[in-house]
Amino acid sequence: MNLMKNNATKTAKKLGLVAVAMFGFGYLMVPIYNVLCEVTGINGKTGQISQSEVKIEDVDPDRLVTVEFDTNVNPNLPWTFKAKKFKQRVRPGEIAEAIFIVKNESTNSVVGQAIPSVAPELASLFFNKTECFCFVNQTLAPGETKEMVVRYVVGSELPEKITTMTLSYTFFKASEDVATKTIIDQKKSIKNNG
Amino acid sequence: MSEAVIHDDHHDHKPSGIGRWLFSTNHKDIGTMYLVFALIMFFVGGAMSMVIRAELFQPGIQYVDPQFYNSMVTVHALVMIFGALMPAGVGLANWMVPLMIGAPDMALPRMNNMSFWILPFAFTLLLSTFFMQGGAPAGGWTMYPPLVLQLGDGFPYLVFAVHFLGISSIMGAINIIATVFNMRAPGMTFMRLPLFVWAWIITAFLLIAAMPVLAGGVTMLLTDKYFGTAFFDAAGGGDPVMFQHIFWFFGHPEVYILVLPSFGVISQIIPTFSRKPLFGYTSMVYATASIAFLSFFVWAHHMFTVGMPLTGELFFMYATMSIAVPTGVKIFNWMATMWRGSMTFETPMLFAIGVLFMFSIGGFSGLMMGITPVDFQYHDTYFIVAHFHYVIVPGIIFGIIGGIYFWLPKWTGNMYDEKLGKLHFWISTISVNVLFFPMHFIGLAGMPRRIPDYSVQFADWNSIISIGGFVFGASQLILVWVVIKCVRGGEKATDQVWEGAHGLEWTLPSPPPFHTFTTPPKVTDATAHS
Amino acid sequence: MFFNKLKQIIFGITAFSLLIISEAALADYMNVLNLTEGVTPTSKMVYGLHMQILYIVTAIGVVVFSVMCWSIYHHRKSKGAVAEQFHHSTTAEITWTIIPIIILVVMAIPATKALVFMEQTGDAEMTIKVTGYQWKWKYDYLDDDISFFSSMSKDSNDARQLGSGIDPKTIENYLLDVDNRVVLPINTKIRILTTAADVIHDWWVPALGWKRDAIPGFINDNWTYIEEPGVYRGKCAELCGRDHAFMPIVVEAVPKAEYAVWVEEQKTMQLAAAEGAEREWTKDELLEKGKDVYAANCTACHMAEGQGVEGLFPALSGSAIVNNTDASEMIMLILNGKNMMPAFKDILNDADIAAAMTHERNSWGNTVKDVIQPSDVKAMR
Ligand code: HEM
Ligand SMILES: [Cu+2]
Ligand SMILES: [Cu+2]
Repeated sequence: MNLMKNNATKTAKKLGLVAVAMFGFGYLMVPIYNVLCEVTGINGKTGQISQSEVKIEDVDPDRLVTVEFDTNVNPNLPWTFKAKKFKQRVRPGEIAEAIFIVKNESTNSVVGQAIPSVAPELASLFFNKTECFCFVNQTLAPGETKEMVVRYVVGSELPEKITTMTLSYTFFKASEDVATKTIIDQKKSIKNNG
Repeated sequence: MSEAVIHDDHHDHKPSGIGRWLFSTNHKDIGTMYLVFALIMFFVGGAMSMVIRAELFQPGIQYVDPQFYNSMVTVHALVMIFGALMPAGVGLANWMVPLMIGAPDMALPRMNNMSFWILPFAFTLLLSTFFMQGGAPAGGWTMYPPLVLQLGDGFPYLVFAVHFLGISSIMGAINIIATVFNMRAPGMTFMRLPLFVWAWIITAFLLIAAMPVLAGGVTMLLTDKYFGTAFFDAAGGGDPVMFQHIFWFFGHPEVYILVLPSFGVISQIIPTFSRKPLFGYTSMVYATASIAFLSFFVWAHHMFTVGMPLTGELFFMYATMSIAVPTGVKIFNWMATMWRGSMTFETPMLFAIGVLFMFSIGGFSGLMMGITPVDFQYHDTYFIVAHFHYVIVPGIIFGIIGGIYFWLPKWTGNMYDEKLGKLHFWISTISVNVLFFPMHFIGLAGMPRRIPDYSVQFADWNSIISIGGFVFGASQLILVWVVIKCVRGGEKATDQVWEGAHGLEWTLPSPPPFHTFTTPPKVTDATAHS
Repeated sequence: MFFNKLKQIIFGITAFSLLIISEAALADYMNVLNLTEGVTPTSKMVYGLHMQILYIVTAIGVVVFSVMCWSIYHHRKSKGAVAEQFHHSTTAEITWTIIPIIILVVMAIPATKALVFMEQTGDAEMTIKVTGYQWKWKYDYLDDDISFFSSMSKDSNDARQLGSGIDPKTIENYLLDVDNRVVLPINTKIRILTTAADVIHDWWVPALGWKRDAIPGFINDNWTYIEEPGVYRGKCAELCGRDHAFMPIVVEAVPKAEYAVWVEEQKTMQLAAAEGAEREWTKDELLEKGKDVYAANCTACHMAEGQGVEGLFPALSGSAIVNNTDASEMIMLILNGKNMMPAFKDILNDADIAAAMTHERNSWGNTVKDVIQPSDVKAMR
């Protein structure tokens, strides 16, 4: 009888550990999900590469794809935000540049953070930025207008069936909370977002 | 009757008064408490669904504010899933697992007591939110951010209630596994275990693997709201869709956590009333295990519309379709058990047959929704409300009710009123179909779910549905009456109770003494299930 | 005796149901049974797939249920059936594993094709963006720089209030009508992007054959190709808070030439609206416009008579902020929102806000009774 009880306690302890491990697994799903997003392009996060990684011989001279620039401002942020030109035709493999205009409409200095998203998701795998205003927070003085640049390359391996893609940015108010910043930094290093 | 039983009778002293229940470590008493609690919650959740059906009886808003309506929808689901279905399953396991495997009690009786008493506490937390600023949770039982973060003061109560419910069910699951692994009577090998016990082992493993993930998810919600993390907040680099992945990684196994105990019950009932051994015991065990395993790879069929890459959509479509295979095997095995048997149709058998027919209907619509391109139309409509209510009400609740009728004579020592039982079955079956079948139609025709008001073309079907709902709700009072009547007295039950019953639990007296199998019985091929 | 009673009850229920069915025209029920075939190649493909699977599962159901019924009837103890004791048959078990697998493969092939077809968003001729707000939609025609909000129409909104006393059946297109329709050209491949400003919504027009979540911070893309002109109605399909049921979608599909005219009209209107913000308005003008703006944007929470909802949404009637002679706090609140109250700066223009404020400050026993000009709002932006 007692032997049984001892064994039962052992079993219970092991199972308890499994439960605790699964709680941890719930948290582990966060980085796993981010890696998966990068590999499969779920949710359209974009990659970052350095200028030197772009090889000019990759350029496909006969192919043009349309890149659209969509802009959103979270209602909590008193800014306006527009792309200078709504769309561009670019050659895959070539570095291209787009300009965005942002204005702080309020009477305070405000910090914003732009979050990019690409549609279709699959295209995000081939969409790499060498320079982007979304890599860092942007601070705008009251009433200030700023022109911001994004330099990007659409990879020449982009599947043929993709002819149009949209690069969408949403500007959010950057939280002053330190904890948030650390999370952002962690996430960015995971996602290679800069 | 074994020697052990006669021996037991000598020290059959139960504690008396309220202390018997508060501090109980007896698996039978705790089982009873779980079942009574589940029945109460069934009526609490049921009352909320009556509010929902009353509001939907006609187009226009007649009785409640839309926000309160959303709370009703949300809390109805939470109460039914975590308060009625899961505790009822654990209650049956508490009562029957030790009796079926020849153990004197559960392996960890004190933990058993605790895991039960956490439940009323957790539901007090949850239901108290109705009286708070901002009201009760109203973002759906799925708790998707950012919507759920808009909840007022009730939010932390929701999170902690989920934590406690998770802890309670994990403790229950651990106890069941520890019991079956360590306390089987000599000769009770794994492949001789009754299928109900097998179903519960697999359920318990699912619980241990899935519930902590939900706990993790809601903890992230809590820190997102109060401690500045940004797991699900796009502004901080997070992603609200990730919560859906975490939730459904728990959520799909959860639906099998709910249904497997019911499958276990009907695997006991059908052979008994067919007077024939269960067909394909081994394949039943493997089918159940593979359903459980596969259930961890299909979760994203709940979120096809979030916008996944093609490969993801294809993977989850194929995985979902593949679950139909082991599920089919189970259905066919039950049919083969009935085939060329010698069937009688007492109430438990009626409910079991009801499960076979109506769970299948839910399975068919499940298969349809697993087809991704068409699910883009079905998703978040009344079609899916029809689907999961078919699998949950006539699929799971009917199984549990069948189990209650099946074992009630064993528990109380008295036969229940068969006529009332049959009446309960027929009214429930007719009304449940009037209630849920037309939901397929309005869903296909375009009525979204979780809405307090609808455009007028849906009015006619909705009134019929509401009538079905009221009749179904009222007819459950028959169950309460049957149980009360049976506890108070009636024709005495024999030890075997049912002509075709086999297994250790039927060798005990009806009702069984307070302590059973203090000396373990010997199990041989002849006394095992088949 | 018992079965007689049971029969009576069943008879009663059947008779009662028949009574309800015959009272309304049977046709009403028959119209609300199945998926729409829709008006796009996608929706037709999805409909075909749906019917095909429906037939397959119905056939399986008929076979399985017949076997069960046959067995229940013939293998009854009361008919003298004696139980056999077999409990195993490898052949049978292999058969009922293999056959379902074959059926599933047969279903998976057209499903895969349909999915691949639906994912092809390339080569679109135009792009619109749909943004979900609590509880309205915003449409941006990205190529033409047209942008507007679309909320449920006023008659539906009045009728759907708790205890409104208005019979929904008297309202045309109850809960399915909006103030501004999305006008789209037919026979054009249109890319539709979805996103949201606050919580997750889901843009669903059944006749187009799909629905797609609108997620804050993320963009989803889809496409459609409408083949027939007409008006197609839909709804938000993802629970998004209190008024989730009240954010309909109306798509008006028109021939290309008509669409071009509409685009020009919209451009002129948006210019006029921009000018409206510059000039001085009369009190009557503001009050008249304010009533409509209030009904479309504010009644959902603050209610028709400004009475609010106890414990959830504050009353405007007698509110300290509304009755403050210095209007700046009120303007800021409306522009930027607070807690559950959404920020209206992207939703309403200066004239709209000025009008709504003038209406609120002159109604329901509020005492300030002053006039707020669009320029006052503009100054606070
Ligand atoms: C075992 C019993 C089952 C239960 C308890 C169950 C329960 C549920 C529930 C609660 C939902 C809706 C969740 C929500 O969105 O709030 C759901 C959706 C779904 N179920 Fe089941 N289900 C069961 C069996 C099945 C089977 C056998 C299949 C497929 C073969 C299936 C396929 C689906 C799919 C595809 C959805 C998502 C539908 C949509 O949101 O569009 N289910 N189920
Ligand atoms: Cu599922
Ligand atoms: Cu919505």
